[in-house]
Amino acid sequence: MTTVQTGIQPISTSRRVKDRIVHVLVYLAFAIAVIPLVSVLWLVIKNGMHRFDLEFLTHSMRNIGARDAGGGAYHAIIGTLEQVSLASLIAVPIGLLTAVYLVEYGSGGRLARSISFFVDVMTGVPSVVSGLFVLAFWILALGMPFSGFAGAMALSILMMPVVVRSAEEMLRLVPNDLREASYALGVPKWRTIVKVVLPTAFTGIVTGVMLAVARVAGETAPLLLTVFFTDSINNDPFNGPQMGLPLYVFDQAGRPTDTAIDRAWTGALTLILIVMLLNLVARLIAWWRSPAKRGS
Amino acid sequence: MAKQIEVAGLDAYYGAHKAIEGITMTIEPRAVTAFIGPSGCGKSTFLRTLNRMHEVIPGARVEGKVRLEDQDLYGPGVDPVSVRRTIGMVFQRPNPFPTMSIYDNVAAGLRLNGRFSKSELDGIVESSLKGANLWNEVKDRLQKPGSGLSGGQQQRLCIARAIAVRPEVLLMDEPCSALDPISTLAIEDLISSLKRDYTIVIVTHNMQQAARVSDKTAFFNLAGQGQPGKLIEMDETSRIFTNPGQKATEDYITGRFG
Amino acid sequence: MRRSAFRRSRGDVPFRFASTGAGIVLLGIMAAIGVFLIVRAVPALQANTSHFLTEKTWNPNAVEPVFGIGALAFGTVLSSFLALVIAMPVAIGVALFISHYAPRRLAAILGYVIDLLAAVPSVVYGLWGVVFLVPFMRGPSEFLNTYFGWIPLFGGDQVVGKSMLTASIVLAIMILPIIAAISREVFLQAPKMQEEAALALGATRWEMIRMAVLPFGRPGVISAAMLGLGRAMGETIAVALILPATFGISFQILGPNGNSIAANIANGFGEATDTGRGALIASGLVLFLITLVVNMGARLVIARRKEFTRA
Repeated sequence: MTTVQTGIQPISTSRRVKDRIVHVLVYLAFAIAVIPLVSVLWLVIKNGMHRFDLEFLTHSMRNIGARDAGGGAYHAIIGTLEQVSLASLIAVPIGLLTAVYLVEYGSGGRLARSISFFVDVMTGVPSVVSGLFVLAFWILALGMPFSGFAGAMALSILMMPVVVRSAEEMLRLVPNDLREASYALGVPKWRTIVKVVLPTAFTGIVTGVMLAVARVAGETAPLLLTVFFTDSINNDPFNGPQMGLPLYVFDQAGRPTDTAIDRAWTGALTLILIVMLLNLVARLIAWWRSPAKRGS
Repeated sequence: MAKQIEVAGLDAYYGAHKAIEGITMTIEPRAVTAFIGPSGCGKSTFLRTLNRMHEVIPGARVEGKVRLEDQDLYGPGVDPVSVRRTIGMVFQRPNPFPTMSIYDNVAAGLRLNGRFSKSELDGIVESSLKGANLWNEVKDRLQKPGSGLSGGQQQRLCIARAIAVRPEVLLMDEPCSALDPISTLAIEDLISSLKRDYTIVIVTHNMQQAARVSDKTAFFNLAGQGQPGKLIEMDETSRIFTNPGQKATEDYITGRFG
Repeated sequence: MRRSAFRRSRGDVPFRFASTGAGIVLLGIMAAIGVFLIVRAVPALQANTSHFLTEKTWNPNAVEPVFGIGALAFGTVLSSFLALVIAMPVAIGVALFISHYAPRRLAAILGYVIDLLAAVPSVVYGLWGVVFLVPFMRGPSEFLNTYFGWIPLFGGDQVVGKSMLTASIVLAIMILPIIAAISREVFLQAPKMQEEAALALGATRWEMIRMAVLPFGRPGVISAAMLGLGRAMGETIAVALILPATFGISFQILGPNGNSIAANIANGFGEATDTGRGALIASGLVLFLITLVVNMGARLVIARRKEFTRA
């Protein structure tokens, strides 16, 4: 303490070097994280373009031999669209109503707290377990056939917590003044929710639902256990095995021939396009909703 | 160790918005200089340009000169980190590090700036806490978290943290606005005793406070919404409060606006 | 007093009933998952001629079924932990990059780029892993085996591309976005007041982060890691395509060993008999319980943090 420093002293070299090193490491981490993304997208586009043709989009795998070229994923695309739509039809009403309960009616009671807790738990349910559950319950216990609908049920279990959480968040953002203004006009609670709260939160909820749909559209494991494999077109999701696009990729990737691997890549490309499109739509809705937040 | 600050033609921006314009002043060593003025007049912004904290905000920048005796704070090759180490700051709301003990809070700046032995550190922590009039209240619980103290104690802890690194200048941004009257009084007493060793600049909303603690007072004002803030006048505090040179200053001090 | 004027609106009761009902349905589904997995698992477990928790082989389709969770649970835990070890430093770096380093304008866009990693379906990662990463990893694996073979993890006589290490890298890529996203959020929430306090003391950016951001974000990062771990454990398809599906317990992550509960379900379901399906369901139940514990641990950390910040 005998030396009295005066004026602005530069900081020590070791501190400066440490700061620079961390700076570089942080940038490096980001670069490392982007490498697999670029690699995956590049390979999917490059290899997927081979077979990204009309035949692929309009034909099934029926009567395509193990070594044959050609064939397509029409049956799988139809299956995925039907399964995901059905899953949304189950998950969105239940999820949305649950969110309404948690925000508008639950008010921190014991039931609300346990529902909230189990929604969190449900978020962590591995996708394969939801498939196993539908297998155990619907197919083995009730003796129902493998079907697109069974797959949709498994997917809906994965969708529900996502829908609940995003809808809950959006409903909580609706200012209380709006509710009170409506009550003050003598509008009953349920009409306030339906006519005031839900419309206010609508675009946010749609965004959340789209992201949930995008998430389950790429799920393979639950389908594997519930819709089974088929090479044929099955337009009826309630009866008999039905293909799904992720399952198609898994199936083709497991076959030893190059033509199958090509189909797997094209299937992956189609799947990514569908998922990215859903994501994009969700982001656009979110962006459109908040023009003020464009900068952020 | 106290030094004089000279500011010449200083402008500060937030993005494209010019917050303050053309400020020129001299801040005397071993004295308390108070900045007063209506909300949004740029007095806090100006304070933050004095230790290069202004540029921490994304998009913010500064033009003009600030000199600490013979050194230009914004000169080429001057590291803002070393500027801030030399010019300490106390904020509007007490902000001790919540995960650190009282002792570690005071020692935080020292630990950055070099190696100290345990006994050296103990000595500086004690003298800093004494300097901040907090030692008697906390000497038995130095290892307890700083967030357990009252608001006024937390603010004095922050002052102890700031003076522990022996800065040349101490900047205070409305240090009492979040405190009750008794804590405010304690901080004001502290400021009066600290000016023996430091150059002190304090931004305040409270005109009685400016009159009580400061030697010099600078009055800032802005022409209108969206206009940059400007220095209207700066003089001995007694003069500003009894016989100001400008009409605007008198109007503000007598409570006609602001 | 005429109460009728203040009667509840006719729609209120059904609407309240419906929304409460939806919540209860959700609880029911969770309960049903547990119940039905147990119900279908029990007969298979009774038919098992070995001890389920310790047996390493998986042969439930035989006339005398022999199967156990040992090797599978080991593989699940090992691959997930490796994935976490690989992903954590990168994820924290990415989170800090977006919260405190990247230029403001770019930060949001770059955040989306990382979120895109999460939008790629797992089966696509699996395909990428099998076709690209498995051959690619042979070189680095040989290198590790030759020069770092004295570390047990990298030891062994055989080095292959379809290894535990390759699977863990794919898992790491898949859990990186969620860990990075949660960490980024907590880093962004770090109070500006304390950050400025650190800077005003003359801290460099890194010192400021160490003093004011990391201590604040630690519980959030820990729970993010646990959520990532839970997700890695449940990941099925990518792992099923890459892991060699053997039944043994080995720490040699470069060799042709490794399997996981989820991968085994995907691989074994096709040819499973009745008992075989029951056995797979039993293994799924174990997976469910493990992920349940991990996830609840993560939630507990988050809940405690909430209390901490409220105080």
